[in-house]
Amino acid sequence: MEPIRVVLTGLGAISPLGLGVDPLWAGLSEGRCGIGRIKAFDPTGLPCELAGEVPEYRIQDHVPRKYRKSCKLMCRDIELAVIAAQQAVVASGLVTQGIDPDHVDIDPARMAVNMGAGIISCEMPELGPAVAVSSTEGRFDVRRWGRDGLERITPLWLLKYLPNMLACHIGIIHDAQGPSNTITCAETSAHLAIAEAAQIIARGDSDIALAGAAEAKVNSALMVRQILLERTNNTCNDRPAEACRPFDASACGSVFGEGGGVLVLESLDHARRRGAKILAELVGIGQSHSLAPAYARLEPDGQAVRIAIEKALDDAEIDARRLDLLIPHGTGVPQDDLAEARGIEAALGKAIERVAVWPTKSMLSTTGAASGAVDAIAAIQAITTGAIPAARNFEKAADGCRLRIATESVRQTIEYAICCSYTHGGQTAALVIKRYDEGAVE
Amino acid sequence: MKAPATHERVVITGMGIVSPLGADVETVWQAILAGRSGAAPTTIFDASTFPTTFSAEVKDYDFRRPIRQAARHEGCSRSSGFAIGATVQACRQAGIDVETPCPTDGVDRTRMGVYLGAGEGSLDSDAFFAAIIAGWDGDRNEFVWPNANRVVFEQMQATKELEQEPNMAAAHIAMLTGARGPTRSCLTACAASTQAVGEAMMLVRHGHADVVVAGGAHSMIHILGLTGFNRLTALSRRNDSPETASRPFCASRDGFVLGEGAAIVILESLTSAQRRNATILAELIGYGSSSDAFRVTDMHHEGRGAVQAMTAAMADAALTYRDIDYISTHGTSTQENDSVETLAIKTVFKDRAKQVPASSVKSMLGHLIAAAGAAELITCVLAMRDAIVPPTINLNDPDPELDLDYVPNAPRKMPVRIAMNESFGFGGQNNVVILRQYSETREKQP
Repeated sequence: MEPIRVVLTGLGAISPLGLGVDPLWAGLSEGRCGIGRIKAFDPTGLPCELAGEVPEYRIQDHVPRKYRKSCKLMCRDIELAVIAAQQAVVASGLVTQGIDPDHVDIDPARMAVNMGAGIISCEMPELGPAVAVSSTEGRFDVRRWGRDGLERITPLWLLKYLPNMLACHIGIIHDAQGPSNTITCAETSAHLAIAEAAQIIARGDSDIALAGAAEAKVNSALMVRQILLERTNNTCNDRPAEACRPFDASACGSVFGEGGGVLVLESLDHARRRGAKILAELVGIGQSHSLAPAYARLEPDGQAVRIAIEKALDDAEIDARRLDLLIPHGTGVPQDDLAEARGIEAALGKAIERVAVWPTKSMLSTTGAASGAVDAIAAIQAITTGAIPAARNFEKAADGCRLRIATESVRQTIEYAICCSYTHGGQTAALVIKRYDEGAVE
Repeated sequence: MKAPATHERVVITGMGIVSPLGADVETVWQAILAGRSGAAPTTIFDASTFPTTFSAEVKDYDFRRPIRQAARHEGCSRSSGFAIGATVQACRQAGIDVETPCPTDGVDRTRMGVYLGAGEGSLDSDAFFAAIIAGWDGDRNEFVWPNANRVVFEQMQATKELEQEPNMAAAHIAMLTGARGPTRSCLTACAASTQAVGEAMMLVRHGHADVVVAGGAHSMIHILGLTGFNRLTALSRRNDSPETASRPFCASRDGFVLGEGAAIVILESLTSAQRRNATILAELIGYGSSSDAFRVTDMHHEGRGAVQAMTAAMADAALTYRDIDYISTHGTSTQENDSVETLAIKTVFKDRAKQVPASSVKSMLGHLIAAAGAAELITCVLAMRDAIVPPTINLNDPDPELDLDYVPNAPRKMPVRIAMNESFGFGGQNNVVILRQYSETREKQP
């Protein structure tokens, strides 16, 4: 039996560079930086006061009219996912229940949703009044909480913060009744969710999948987590646009942020049958695990990155020399960047001299689970426009980094692009995306 | 993507469990056959003033006991500790080395994966609540961030924060086993570990891995977990009688009993298992996943998604409802789940609905949330092994609307050749797997 090919037919993104794929790509192409002083809360007192935040939006404008009352059950992570999914479905030309209930042209049972999500930290201010009545002499008193505080929590509170609710809301809005999953592997979540969605289509369990991720890391507890793990740049509060410098000699940490990205994956047959505009093809998936004794760090030799890339190339049945573009995870944390560079170098071998490496976090910040989805979208945009923008905040390569960072924007045909991600804890992934040529003979 | 070279049969070669009824497979199984409940007053924190004061806790468990290099896992969350214990048991049974730099068990680590349905590590509640107290200005009714930031920054600790990430249980298992293949962690609420097992089966079947350590780990017995479920009125409030509180399919059921634990199975291609001479415990033959796409607050009232997941799993296994000998239900003991699930089983099993035994071990284990499905899967394997179906205990007051064969109160001796395991998550994600007694000849081609 012929293998089922998986193509990409719609993209949606909300990122620090704007609301939509167009502003994302325009911003990346211009090398614009979406990082600034935190607006979501007053960060005074934190060593790093920077974040990549998405522009203001009204969630009600991004859901069907009859779904508006459900918006009160959405935390910010869910909102970002719902917005990105809505855009992606619109862009794909699919008519789901969420687009037009009278003209639905999909089989709901054959549509999957596979979202990546981060750990969702509940909002501290929301718990303020309940905690205030639960303290004794300024200390939290769990007995008072059980008696007096708990009742002040809104009854459906928990449902706002369950990570699987990203996929559930999207599934309800678009009436997607097929397989549904939520991958919770921090920054690798999006790539793993996209990979699994592709595998679901390839094995024949769905025709269409909405896959990607969203995460809103801009709150005190999650920001402090990154600070404590020594992943933030604490030296650049007055120069936000220069703060995140992946692979650069003067890098000294990352900046964290928020975002959402959703891709419409579809079997080639299904896309062709409905005359969809095909953006690109997903041709390779690779995965591994970093076994660093310190979980918060990538292993120094980047071995898991190497294995993931090699597996993805093998799955795509191509040699590394066929790659034109590589979007690394590249956070701006020097020892992680160096480890990743070593892994990439080991996987690419001689091809390292020709493959353009284009890190995006200098402009987008590290948007948690969403980062891999936004990078995949950026790769597809690069392929469809035939351009590789210049990396931002890269002046001189860090010691030991031999990657060919894209320092100038170039126009070129991109046949194959690869996106990489890894996370503290160790999951690593790589996706190979191929230009789709309508006229090509198979 | 490459076309799969082979279509591998997927077998289970090892099992491990850390649960409210014990921390090894045989102890837990004997407790289940004896109809014992794992529920008791909550001790992890003082829950005496909560609407629900009891839970099904893992008792007297120390993750350091079964391993040599405990330092590598020091500071792990409660549920990651459970996962470590369950993995060690499962690997030992499967003949897979743990904590070995150069394993000689015949499993290529780059072809060995991990797939968990795992929850968040417990919140550092001291620091978290202290920050809220510092930040909340009651006079002005507003939150003063700089005050909270100071406390957060001073009191939170890196390890405790990192270990709250839900991917960390899978990370500890990778470190323990040396797995370098596909590692994933999912969190589809109460359906997570059945989903993990199902997707892990697909990774092996389609040649992406030879071995996957699959299952679940979770503990929501923490202040905000208990708060959240209590506010949803999802939990039983039978505080005067914890042991009888989980009563799936009973007329007087009033909610689930919150449990915790980990359950791990080693999934392996038949080729790999035979090459290594591993003992084959069962074969996984079907998986179905679906979404209710209805409401985040309620299940679809006709169980549309549950029906679709069951149907998809049977189609995947190339079976019909006539082939299923036993259903391990989701059976949570909430009014809604048990009614909808009964309806869904009737829709799928038609004329056989009342003949197929369908029990809920949650009546004894409690609800292990993300770990529930994998724990229940293990009881299915044991039911097949011992030809005995576990009971639904506390079923003394049957609901007239619920009239299936729930195997009330006592286990039943009967051969089980094929079992179906069901899990349904809050929000409407449904997962079903089907397993079969292993025999060398494959009777039906999936």
